[in-house]
Formats: sequence, structure tokens, C-alpha cells
Amino acid sequence: MTAGPRIVIVGASIGGLTAAETLRQEGFDGEVILIGDERHRPYNRPPLSKQIVVGEWGPEDAAIRSEAEVDDLGIQLRTSCTAESLDAVGRVLHTSQGDIEFDELIIATGTEPRRHPLVPTALTLRTIDDALAIRDGLRTAQRVAVIGPGILGSEIASAARKYGADTQLIGRSGALTLGGVGSLLSSRLAELHTENGVDLVLDAEIVGARADAGGTSIEFADGRSERADLVVAMIGGTPRTQWLMSSTLTVDNGVVCDGTGHAAPGISAVGDVAAWRDPYTARPVRVEHQSNAIEQAIAVALRLVHGEPGARPIPLFWSELHGTRINAYGWFDPELPLVSIDDGSNPHATVLVSRDDTDRVHGAVGWNAPPREFRAARASVAASAAIAPALITRP
Amino acid sequence: MVVVVQRDACVGAGQCTLVAPDVFDQDDDGIVLLLEPEVEGALLEAANKAARLCPARAIAVSAQ
Ligand SMILES: Cc1cc2nc3c(=O)[nH]c(=O)nc-3n(C[C@H](O)[C@H](O)[C@H](O)COP(=O)(O)OP(=O)(O)OC[C@H]3O[C@@H](n4cnc5c(N)ncnc54)[C@H](O)[C@@H]3O)c2cc1C
Ligand code: SF4
Repeated sequence: MTAGPRIVIVGASIGGLTAAETLRQEGFDGEVILIGDERHRPYNRPPLSKQIVVGEWGPEDAAIRSEAEVDDLGIQLRTSCTAESLDAVGRVLHTSQGDIEFDELIIATGTEPRRHPLVPTALTLRTIDDALAIRDGLRTAQRVAVIGPGILGSEIASAARKYGADTQLIGRSGALTLGGVGSLLSSRLAELHTENGVDLVLDAEIVGARADAGGTSIEFADGRSERADLVVAMIGGTPRTQWLMSSTLTVDNGVVCDGTGHAAPGISAVGDVAAWRDPYTARPVRVEHQSNAIEQAIAVALRLVHGEPGARPIPLFWSELHGTRINAYGWFDPELPLVSIDDGSNPHATVLVSRDDTDRVHGAVGWNAPPREFRAARASVAASAAIAPALITRP
Repeated sequence: MVVVVQRDACVGAGQCTLVAPDVFDQDDDGIVLLLEPEVEGALLEAANKAARLCPARAIAVSAQ
């Protein structure tokens, strides 16, 4: 398959922009139109819950490329432009700024955060504007409650401690999770939070909340209640596929694609919104990691320009909590406990791996790890990934 | 072409040292180090690959 003269990309963030850049770097010389509903130029989201909320960076530090660079690449960027619906068969995109015909469409619309149904006053975080609102709240808050035991909740709790606020991290389940590593690091994460003064409120079912001028009281099923003057809820995201509901695409917790990001003739999807079929299980899976969006965007652009899909992305995720840098690479089976590959003498800096009974390493976690050791563990994950697909018949 | 790295944005993911080991290295904290600030040919291609793979967008390759 070769690309036609006009490629339209919906979603002007890391996935969409990387696709546009790669098309150009690989020599595509047709039109590239990148549309996004935010009024900002593309920016990075990972710093929002890190450098931005703690006030180390201003909003401009998260921007990805200057206007001039985007122009130089011959990318037509349309901000404040919303895709409203799609005629997938006639290849027409209906937007708030008019209809656009396309030869190829790349969908990169990401996710939106779920609001807490019982705590409607809770702030949440996906955009730069959300991040600035949380930063401003943290500057004055004495007591902060963060709802959500995932990594973004953990990062905001860590930021709140930097401001010196009394901080509670509330989770319905008993475990803390980190991206694709799931709950395998839960006890390490809990220890790190506790050492840094975060009060963990886990296994806690919220039954209601009352807001008044002074803050919010959160009520729990066991009758307890907790007051906070700033509440942030990070309880997961929903793929932004509303605008595709009337189209003929298969949408089921994301845009369902084959193993190369192909959703329908002339239509591909990448990043947080895309559910690519896993080559091992044939099930569509969504991965909400920055590197996944980047690598899927590169793979789709390579396929459109050269007709051949790029390599299968290996998940890569990072975080920083209370000054501890955590990197995760590869796949993690919830049934397979992580094991330290060093002698474990330094609990604060180590490499942990997910190794099966044939000694194959599927995933590696660097916990403040020395880069050389983590790189060696990564190499063994990449080596396993290279042999494994041969054992499986692809769908 | 000129390569610039923004060390305070780097998250130590190490994508750059994997795809362009002759252009980038990492220090003891995993933070990127620039070995070759000026690149052409195969090194330029590798540096471009690293720039687009870098999850922190900490690498820029430009004419000057
Ligand atoms: C606070 C925060 C911290 C994170 N930290 C990390 C981290 O440390 N490490 C990591 O690996 N990942 C992290 N992530 C995840 C990472 O940011 C995402 O995986 C990545 O942004 C996905 O990119 P994307 O391009 O697929 O989607 P998005 O970045 O969500 O971009 C989608 C874009 O499309 C726009 N859009 C949506 N619908 C429409 C429409 N109908 N018309 C036009 N435009 C539309 C949206 O407004 C948005 O600009 C973090 C995410 C957040 C929110
Ligand atoms: S790829 Fe980017 S984030 Fe990773 S080490 Fe290199 S510069 Fe740093």
C-alpha cells in the first residue's frame, strides 16, 4: 500500500505529531494536515504531573516543537479544530472548521480522564490547563487528598509532599499500580510513599462527598470521613472515540486495529486511543504510555510511506516519585513475581526482572538503577521479544 | 547538522544510546551525554532516529 497525496492526522499531541514528522523524514511529499482541538501547540504530557505541578517548569517548557519547525517540516497544523464525525467509506472528515477529504487518516485522539462520580469537585489532569490549576491549588493547600492508586495519583501525591502539604493517597483496591507493571511493585511503592510522609488510605470505598467553602469532606463506607482543601482524582481515562460512533469503524474500548495499526481501508490509529491486536493473544489492547504512542506513530508512518510495518513496539514507561526514578521496559505477567538480578544489598537502587520458567526475561524494572545494569536487562527483554513471535502463529 | 540535548528534560530512558551509541551516552544517573554534537551521514540518520524515539523529547537535530 502506498499513501495518497493527502494524509490527515486527528489529534495534535505526541502521537499525531510524531506520525507527521516521520512521514516527512521518510520522504512523503504529499500534504500533511494535523488537526487538534486544543488551542495550544503540541506539548508533552509526562511533565504535567512532574515538573509542571511542582512549579519547576513553566508551560512553555513542555512544548514540543516551535511553530517555525512545524512549518519547516511542511506540516499544516490546525489548532482549536475539532473532528466531529467521520465518513470512513467516502474518506471525508467533518470538523468544526469544515470538511476535509483525505487519502489516509491517522487517528490519535488519546483519552480523557474519568471524573469521580461521587466527588464531582475533584480536579483531574490531562491538559496543560489542568496542570496549572492543580499547581495553583497545591501552592496554598494544607491538606491534599489524591484519589486513585495508579501511577499518576502517586505522582501527584509526591508533588503535594514537595509543597509540604498533609497528603493522603486514597485507593479503592489495596494495591498501588504502575502502568504495565500492574501491582507487582505495590509494596515497594507503598514503602516509598510512607517513608516520604504520604498517608495511604487503601481498600477504602468512597460513598459520598460534601463540598463547602473550606474544602471537601470525603466519606467512606466504614463511616470514616476525611477533609481536604484540595482533592484530585486520577481514576483512569476513556478513549476519545465519541466522534467515531456514527462511522463504520470498530470501536470497543478504543479504535480496534490489526497488529500494524490498520483500522479500515485508508484509516489507522495510534497511541492511547488505539487498540492494536496483540500478536501473542490476538486480543486488541490499549497501552497508555508515551513511548507506545511514539513507536506506534513511527510504525504507521513507515507503513504508509514504504508499505512495510515497523518493528513491534516494546512498552517503555518511566516515573519519578519522591526523587526515585523508576523505569519499566517490556511485558509483565501479574502471576510472575519480580526478582532482583543483583544481590539486593541496596534496596534503594536495583534492577528487577520478570523471568519465566524457561529463563526468558519478559520485562525489567529499574528502581533508581545504574543505567548500564538496566541497559543490560533491557537487552535481554529485547532478545526474548525477538524470538518469541516465531513461536506464535499470528492472527 | 547540529545535535542539542536538554539534560533537564531527559528521563534516562536510554532509547538514544540504543539506536545511536556513537552520538549519545548516559552518565551515572542515566542522564544523556552528547558525544558528537555535529553529525552527518549515518550518524545523522541515527541521531534523527534517536530524536524521534526519545520519550522526553530531549533531543533536537537542526541545521544550526
Ligand atoms: C499527567 C500525565 C502524566 C503522564 N506521565 C507519563 C510518563 O511519565 N510516562 C509515560 O510513558 N507516559 C505518561 N503519560 C501518558 C502519555 O502522556 C500518553 O501516553 C500520551 O500523551 C499519548 O499520546 P497520544 O498522542 O496518543 O494522546 P494524547 O496525548 O492524549 O493526545 C490526543 C490529542 O487529541 C486531541 N483530540 C481528542 N479528540 C479530538 C477531536 N475529536 N478532534 C481534534 N482533536 C482531538 C486531544 O485534545 C489531544 O490533544 C502521562 C499522561 C498524563 C496525562
Ligand atoms: S532517549 Fe531521551 S530521555 Fe532517554 S536517555 Fe536519551 S535523551 Fe534521555
